[in-house]
Amino acid sequence: MSNKIDPAIRLDNFQKRIQIAVWFVIICLSLLFLRFFWLQVIMHKKYSTASESNRIAIITTPAQRGLIIDRNGVVIANNMPSYSLEITPAEINLPPAELIDALDKVIRIPSRDKQQFLRTIQNSKKTENLSIRNFLSDEEVSRFYARRFEFPGVDVQVRYFREYPYQQLGSHLLGYTGKVSIKDKEKLLAELEEDADENTPDDLKAIRIKGIQSVGKIGIEQSYEKYLRGIVGSNQVEITAGGRVVRNLSVTPSIPGSNLTLAVDIKLQYLIEQLYEKRRGAAVVIEVATGDVLSFVSMPTFNPNAFVDGIDSDLWKQLNESPEKPLFNRPLRGTYPPGSTFKPFMALAALEGEFRTASQAISDPGYFQFGNNIFRDDAKNGHGLVNMQSSIALSCDTYYYMLARDMGIDAIAKFMEKVSLGQLTGIDINGEVKGILPSKEWKRNYFKDPIKGKWIDGETISIGIGQGYNSYTILQLAQATAIVANNGKVMKPHLVKVIEDPITHEKILTVPSESRVVDLKPENIKTITDGMIGVNQIGTGQVPFAGVSYLVAGKTGTAQVFSLAGKNYNASQVSEFKRDHALYIGFAPADNPKYAMAIVVENAGFGATAAAPIVRQAFDYLILNKWPGGIPEWKNAH
Amino acid sequence: MEKRSLIKRIRFLWAGLDPNLSFILLALIVVGNVTFLSASSGTVITWVEQLRNLMIAFIIMWFTSRVPVKWLEKASVWIYSIGLGLLIAVALFGLIKKGARRWLNIGMVIQPSEIMKIAMPMMLSWYFYKREENTKLWDFGVAFLFLLLPTILIARQPDLGTAILVFAAGFYVIILAGLPWKFILPFIGLGVIGILLIVIFGDTICAKGVTWPILKSYQQHRVCTLLDPTTDPLGKGFHTIQSMIAIGSGGLLGKGWLKGTQTHLDFIPEKHTDFIFAVYSEEFGLVGNFVLLILFLLLIQRGLKIAASAPNLYTRLLGGSVTLIFFTYAFVNMAMVSGLLPVVGVPLPFISYGGTALTTLGLGVGILMSIHRHRRLVQT
Repeated sequence: MSNKIDPAIRLDNFQKRIQIAVWFVIICLSLLFLRFFWLQVIMHKKYSTASESNRIAIITTPAQRGLIIDRNGVVIANNMPSYSLEITPAEINLPPAELIDALDKVIRIPSRDKQQFLRTIQNSKKTENLSIRNFLSDEEVSRFYARRFEFPGVDVQVRYFREYPYQQLGSHLLGYTGKVSIKDKEKLLAELEEDADENTPDDLKAIRIKGIQSVGKIGIEQSYEKYLRGIVGSNQVEITAGGRVVRNLSVTPSIPGSNLTLAVDIKLQYLIEQLYEKRRGAAVVIEVATGDVLSFVSMPTFNPNAFVDGIDSDLWKQLNESPEKPLFNRPLRGTYPPGSTFKPFMALAALEGEFRTASQAISDPGYFQFGNNIFRDDAKNGHGLVNMQSSIALSCDTYYYMLARDMGIDAIAKFMEKVSLGQLTGIDINGEVKGILPSKEWKRNYFKDPIKGKWIDGETISIGIGQGYNSYTILQLAQATAIVANNGKVMKPHLVKVIEDPITHEKILTVPSESRVVDLKPENIKTITDGMIGVNQIGTGQVPFAGVSYLVAGKTGTAQVFSLAGKNYNASQVSEFKRDHALYIGFAPADNPKYAMAIVVENAGFGATAAAPIVRQAFDYLILNKWPGGIPEWKNAH
Repeated sequence: MEKRSLIKRIRFLWAGLDPNLSFILLALIVVGNVTFLSASSGTVITWVEQLRNLMIAFIIMWFTSRVPVKWLEKASVWIYSIGLGLLIAVALFGLIKKGARRWLNIGMVIQPSEIMKIAMPMMLSWYFYKREENTKLWDFGVAFLFLLLPTILIARQPDLGTAILVFAAGFYVIILAGLPWKFILPFIGLGVIGILLIVIFGDTICAKGVTWPILKSYQQHRVCTLLDPTTDPLGKGFHTIQSMIAIGSGGLLGKGWLKGTQTHLDFIPEKHTDFIFAVYSEEFGLVGNFVLLILFLLLIQRGLKIAASAPNLYTRLLGGSVTLIFFTYAFVNMAMVSGLLPVVGVPLPFISYGGTALTTLGLGVGILMSIHRHRRLVQT
C-alpha cells in the first residue's frame, strides 16, 4: 500500500469490494435456496412421510378371544378380567430400570419380568401402554393406589386373560395360550400375508400382529387359533413429540374371535378322568354317526392356566421331567400294541377277504406251532372247539395265530389300513402320529436294509393277536371301532363341532358329512358284533358288564410292554412302568350303535379288570344318564 | 388542518430514517410476528414480550440513528476497551451455566461477548480510519490482533457461535479496508479444503475414540451429527432431523399458517428462538422461503448501498460490516436449521425471539440509519 492514494481511487476500491460482497451474498443465498428446493421439492415426499409418522401413533385394542364351549353349553375356556400394572413410557419421570426398582418396593416385580420389560420398551412407541406385572391381587392394587402419585405414567388397567375354569380338566384337548414368541410372530405374519387382501397396508398388518397379546400354543387353542383370535382394533391418535395424545384421528374397533362349540361332553370327560384315579392312560369316546369326539382323555393332565402368563421355570421343569409325562398327549401321540382288541378287526378282515366263514371252527390245543416256534394261548389246555364268534368272546389266541398265518401280513395290513389303523385320522388338533401298521413294505422302509428289512413269516403270527410290530394310538382304535359300528361310514373325528361368529351368529359345521365309506358286508359286521357282545356276556368282559341293561359289543385287551423272554409274567415282580397295559374297545348299544370307545390304562394289567369298568361307567352315563356312586357330582364353575 | 398539523408535529419520529430500509425491516418484522404467533400457539404472553423487545429495539435504533457519526467514531475505542475488559473479567470471575463461562454479574447479569458484535467493527473501522492516509501492510497485522484477542477469549468460554460472528464482523472490516487478495484467497482456499476434507473423511474422523485438536468434544459431536444426523437421532441429531423434516414436509406452498404439525406438536426444538425458521418454512413452504430470502437480500443490498454512499472511511467500513453481519446471522441460522451447518446458537435476525439479540440488531440498524443521515449528498 502506497502512502498517498487519491481518495477517489480509494473510494472506487471500496465500492468494488462492496460489489463483490453483494455477489457473495447472492451466491450464498442462492445456495440456501437450492438447499430449500432440495428439501421441499425433491425430498418433499420423504419428509412428508416422516412428519406424518412423527405425529401419528397407533394404539391397538386387543380383540376378545373366542370362547370354548362344550356340547351342552358349559364354557370351558373364557376370558377373565385381571388387574395389570402398566407403564406409559411417555409419561414416566425416571429411567425405566430405576422406576421398576422403585415399583418393586410397592408391588413385587420378578426380575424375569423386569428384564423382559426393559427389552420390550426399546422396541415400542412411547405412547404404548406396556404391562409390567399381571394378575395383581386386590391388596396389591390398593397398595399401589395409595402411592400412585409417586409414579406418574404408571397405572392399573384391566386386561383380559385366558382362563380355564375347570383347571386341568381336558387340558390336552383344550391346550393353552401363552405369550407371543418370536416364532409365533413369524407364523402370524405368514398367516396374515395369506389372509389379508391386497389392500391391507403393511403397517396395519404389523399393528394387528403387535396387538396380539397371546396365541394358542397347543390343542384346540392352537389349531383353531385363526378363528379364536379375532382382529385387533386400532386407534389412530395424533401425538406430540413428548408422546402426549392430542386427539383421535380414527378408531377401528376390534372384532372378537369366533366361539367354538365342542363335540366334547365335558361332564363325560370329567367322569372318565375321575375314574382313572391316579392311573395313567388314554381314552377316546366317539359319537358313531357324527364323528363327534365326546371325550378325549389323556392322563395325567396338567393345569393350562399356568401357561397363560408364561409358565415359571420350576413348574415347567417339573412337568417336563416327571416320569408320568403329564404334558404327553397320549390319545394323540401315544402308540400302544392293541393286544386282543385287534382280534375283532382280524376276524372282520378274514370274513371280508373270505379267509374264514363265521361257522368254520378249529380245535385249540392251547398252542400253535410255526416252524420250530411254539406260540402259546392264555388257556394252557386250550379252548377246545372254537368258531369265529367264540374266538372273539373267549379271546382265543390260537385261532388268530392260524388266521394270521393263512392271511399273510399284506392282506392283514390292507384291511387295517381301510379302518384307519396306522393312519392319521385327521382329528382337528395338531401333532397326531401314525403309529405302526406292519407290512412287508413298512419293514423294508423302516430298516432300510434288504436283509434286516425282509419280512419273516414267523413275525406274522403274533401280529394276529395284536402284538409284534403293531402299534396304534387309542384315537385310531376308537375310530376303527366307530367305523365298524357305523357300518363302514367314516366320519372324521373332531373335537370342535361348530364355529360361531359372535356378531352375525353365523355357524360353520366343522365336519358336515362323511369323508369316505369302507365297503363292509352287513352280515360280516353282525358276526363280529355278536362275538363282541359275547365278550361281555360269556367272555372276558362279563364281570364288569354284569347286569347291563343295554347291549354292549366290546373286546378286552392286554398289551405287553416288556418282553419277558419266555418267562411267566407276574405283575408283582415287574416294576410298575414295565407292567402290561390294560385295553378295551367297544360300542353301545350294540343293536343300534351310538357310541364307540377305546381306552388304555397304562401298566394296569388285564383289560377286563382295569379298562372295561371305566367303559361300563361311561356307557351307563351316556345311555342311561347314570352317575356312579363314589365320583363327586359335576358342578358348573361360576 | 388538524390532521396535517398532527402529522407535522410527529414527523420527527421518522424524519431521517431511511424509508427503504424501514419498509424492508417492517416487512421482516411482520413475517417474524406472524411466525412467532404460530410458534407460540396462542400463548399471547410470550408474544407481548416479543412486542416489548421490539419496542425496546426500536427505541434503541431511534436514539442511535440520532447520534452523530462523529460521536460513534470517538466512542469506538472506549466501547471496545470496556468490552475487552469485561471479557477478561468473564475469563477470571465469570458465571458458569451449562458448562460455559459466558456471563458476568455486575449488579445485573450481562453477556459481554454480545457487546463485541458491534464494538469489534467499530474499533477496526476506527483504526483503519485513523490510518487512512498512511495505511501499511502491518496495519492489517495490528487489526488482526485487535480481532483475535476477543475472539479467542469468547471461543474459550466456550461460545463458538458468538466467536465466529465476532470474528466475521471484524474480518469484514479488514477485507473492506482493502486487505490484498493474496491474503484473502488462502483463507477461502483453506476453508473450502477443510470443509471438503471433513465431508470426505467424515466417517473416519467421526469414528468412536477419535478426538480432534482444539475443538471441544461437544463441538466435534455437532460437526459429526451434521455429517450424519441419523447417528444420533434422539440426541444431538434430533434437532437437525426434526427441523429438516419440518422444512421438507412444508413442500412448495407450506402447510398453512398455524397448521404446521411439526411446530404444534412440539417436534421442533427452540421453535421461538434459534429454530423459528423451521416453523416459518413448514407453514409457508418454498414460496415463503423465497420471499424471506428476497427480503434479506434487499436488506443487505440497501445496507451496502448506505455504506457505499457513507461520508468517510469510518462510516463506510462500519456500515458495510454491520450489514454483512446481518447477512451472516441470517445465512448461518438458515443453513443450520436446514442442516447445512452445525447447530450453533445464532438467531435469525428480526425474527427470532430474544431481547439481547434484538438490542444488538437495533443498535446495528440505528448505526446504519445514522450513517444514512450523514450520507454524501453529492456523488463523486
